[in-house]
Amino acid sequence: MNATTAGTTGVVPRIELRGITKIYPSVVANRDVTLSALPGEIHAVLGENGAGKSTLMKIIYGVVKRDAGEMLWQGKPVEVANPAHARDLGIGMVFQHFSLFDTLTVVENVALALPGKPALGPLAKRIVEVSERYGLPVDPRRLVHSLSVGERQRVEIIRCLLVDPKLLIMDEPTSVLTPQAVRKLFETLRKLSGEGCTILYISHKLDEIQELCTHATVLRGGEVTGHCDPRNETPQSMARMMIGKDLPHPQHGAATPGVARLTLAGLARKSPDPFGVDLDDIHLTVHAGEIVGIAGVSGNGQQELLAAISGEERIGNRRQVVLCGVEAGRLGAARRRKLGLCFVPEERLGRGAVPDMSLADNALLTAHRRGFVKGGMIRFKAIARFAKTCIDQYTVKCSGPQAEAKSLSGGNLQKFIVGREILQQPTVFVVAQPTWGVDVGAAAFIRQKIIDLRNDGAAILVVSEELDELFEVSDRLAVIAKGRLSPAKPIRETNVEEIGVWMSGMWPGANGSARATERQDEERHAAQA
Amino acid sequence: MRLRLEARPEPSRLMGILSPLLAAALTIVAGFVLFSALGKNPLQAFYTFFIYPIRDINGLTEMLLKASPLMLIGIGLACGYRANVWNIGAEGQLILGAIFASGVALAYHGSESRLVLPAMFVAGAVGGMLWAAIPAFLRVRFNTNEILVSLMLVYVASFLLSWLVHEPWRDPEGFNFPQSKQFTDSALYPILIEGTRLNVGFLIALVAVALGYVFLNRSFLGFQLQVAGLAGAAAKYAGFRASRMVWLGMLVGGACAGIAGMGEVAGPIGQLLPSVSPGYGFAAIIVAFVGRLHPIGIMLASLLMSLLYLGGEAAQMGLNLPSAITGLFQGMLLFFLLGSDVFINYRIKSARAVPVPAPKMAAT
Repeated sequence: MNATTAGTTGVVPRIELRGITKIYPSVVANRDVTLSALPGEIHAVLGENGAGKSTLMKIIYGVVKRDAGEMLWQGKPVEVANPAHARDLGIGMVFQHFSLFDTLTVVENVALALPGKPALGPLAKRIVEVSERYGLPVDPRRLVHSLSVGERQRVEIIRCLLVDPKLLIMDEPTSVLTPQAVRKLFETLRKLSGEGCTILYISHKLDEIQELCTHATVLRGGEVTGHCDPRNETPQSMARMMIGKDLPHPQHGAATPGVARLTLAGLARKSPDPFGVDLDDIHLTVHAGEIVGIAGVSGNGQQELLAAISGEERIGNRRQVVLCGVEAGRLGAARRRKLGLCFVPEERLGRGAVPDMSLADNALLTAHRRGFVKGGMIRFKAIARFAKTCIDQYTVKCSGPQAEAKSLSGGNLQKFIVGREILQQPTVFVVAQPTWGVDVGAAAFIRQKIIDLRNDGAAILVVSEELDELFEVSDRLAVIAKGRLSPAKPIRETNVEEIGVWMSGMWPGANGSARATERQDEERHAAQA
Repeated sequence: MRLRLEARPEPSRLMGILSPLLAAALTIVAGFVLFSALGKNPLQAFYTFFIYPIRDINGLTEMLLKASPLMLIGIGLACGYRANVWNIGAEGQLILGAIFASGVALAYHGSESRLVLPAMFVAGAVGGMLWAAIPAFLRVRFNTNEILVSLMLVYVASFLLSWLVHEPWRDPEGFNFPQSKQFTDSALYPILIEGTRLNVGFLIALVAVALGYVFLNRSFLGFQLQVAGLAGAAAKYAGFRASRMVWLGMLVGGACAGIAGMGEVAGPIGQLLPSVSPGYGFAAIIVAFVGRLHPIGIMLASLLMSLLYLGGEAAQMGLNLPSAITGLFQGMLLFFLLGSDVFINYRIKSARAVPVPAPKMAAT
């Protein structure tokens, strides 16, 4: 037992888990997990992908039933029947992926989550109160689609705070935030903790955990491998507890750029989605043998840019996308892949892979050009061999090529998709969020594979929201903001602070920022007059 | 006590395969209840409905004869359904196939040429495809709903047929009955078993099952259809054109239905009548689903559906039941299948199974 349990401190823990076990047909998600958090404690839950963090949180929140073990809520055994029951007890949870309706206002979205039919007027007032108290500014009358991702997260948090939670579970909350927004979130969490609210903080960002949390429970393979005080640990020592060995570090030599392989020449496209972002005059060249990174807060045109490059959305002007010397703007995704493009999208299930199909079928999805279709017929054995190679080389944990894609954990599926695309030896490789939700060990592995591919002469474009990752793999770095792209700067000539500023659209010489300043000047003049 | 449905984490695959059998069994049980409620001896009614029609070679061949168009259309529809292209208008495409084939047969009336039948076959397929091309085009070009368009075109097709047999194609020597001339032998399918009505159309349906199996389960195009049906975004990501999938799904369905329509006028009917199908195009939708969109399953389901047609006829004659009995049994079969599927994917939970403490006053 660790030092925070009731017996030794005399304070009743807010929540205590004893011997929690959850076994799924093919995998043990949690085995004999013990965790205890006091009122006001910010407690990190650390672990690789598939270590059982999410399952554990879902057990607490009543989404999943445990097979064995005990849960004590303020010292008393409790059975959480469902999330509504959890909320009644005072447990709130902010999920990694938000569940808000785009076409409704903030207050309407909040009302939907509350029991009964709360009157919107008083509710809006309470939202303003809560948001002011915790430094979470948001206008309750605004429509959700007009909010930034950070603001949407605030709505989710406010939704939890309205019912005065005693325990708040945050699942990877910073993966969608700018460095500045992370600061603000931490202030809010500290304030909540100061008022006695216990926070369970799930993350794989070790530096954040070190900064914020006072306790940590580390999981590996569904079992607790240690409890620690992150303030007394180093990221290296915590990583060792998480993955059982030292963190591998990608080897990154100097780039030797060759010919231009992917050129965006004034790429502009109006988004067909009314809530989408219009691409505006984007210029970028990616050469053979270099990795260009694109940073930016999500929802600034990344989706639209990637779809325009992949060919999932065609461009009216064929000169705006040049792929391996071919004007490819009007070509569809299949034709662009034929030119040597491979692409890993952000969504793995449903876009990068068909959930209900086997890994072999999912290999066929994009690799069919490599001799796996003969006379219109599928060569099942050959494609299964290819899938097997991918599974082995990328250490994908699964039952084999016939395993359904949806049976894999997110990180394992990501490894499979990245492997499938890289094994096709692309000349241009575009990858979105290569390591989103992937554990540190697998993330380092994927990054190394991307760098290896560059060293073999591929032109690579990495779009990511994780600055650390971009600084680790990129040779040059550009920033996307509001559908515009900054110039790409060699990685050695820039730093996190500069990129952070650029992420709000303020890069020198940028049309947008120049126009913005002009507009501000005009407004000032108008105000003076 | 309140009941609610809860999604099962892992639906049983075995039950997914067995549910059509379960549905068939439940249909029979419900039939027993129904017959008893109507005051019939259920055992005798059961015999009349399910055994009597296929007691001899004549009955068996009748079953295969009626199963042929169902099988053929079911395979064609499955191609579309796998890609989430919902062609509900196979009945209309069947009618157009019959009209086109009859056009050829009447134009070469009396000809001895061996080419008449192949020409009717092609004409039937083209007719069905043309009728299916209308909803396909409207869906691809204007994003209309192919369910509604294809369904409404069924009624247009039946009026077109009605006009043809009443006016231009009416047999002048037919005592004013709305029907075309009897086709000559060169325009009729050869009989397979002497003394029965079973014809070459059955073999064509079996070939369609084999081709359907290869196409749907082994070919890359079939794979693309499946991907489009299971995950549209993944199909787009891989570069499978959605519009091509719609065209393919609709046209294959239309061609099969058209060939089935040709098989009716070149087979058991032998001329063009105001009605060329007892709803095969609609029954084939049930066949496709009961067969789990798999060619082998569709083959078996078409036999069952065919038996329901024969049983319905026998029940009219032997039990004095109305002809609606056939539709009733078809409907029950689909109902029980969908019902079984619900319980494969969900389970019933009573909302009070777990004690929930009284909630605190809600914040409002």
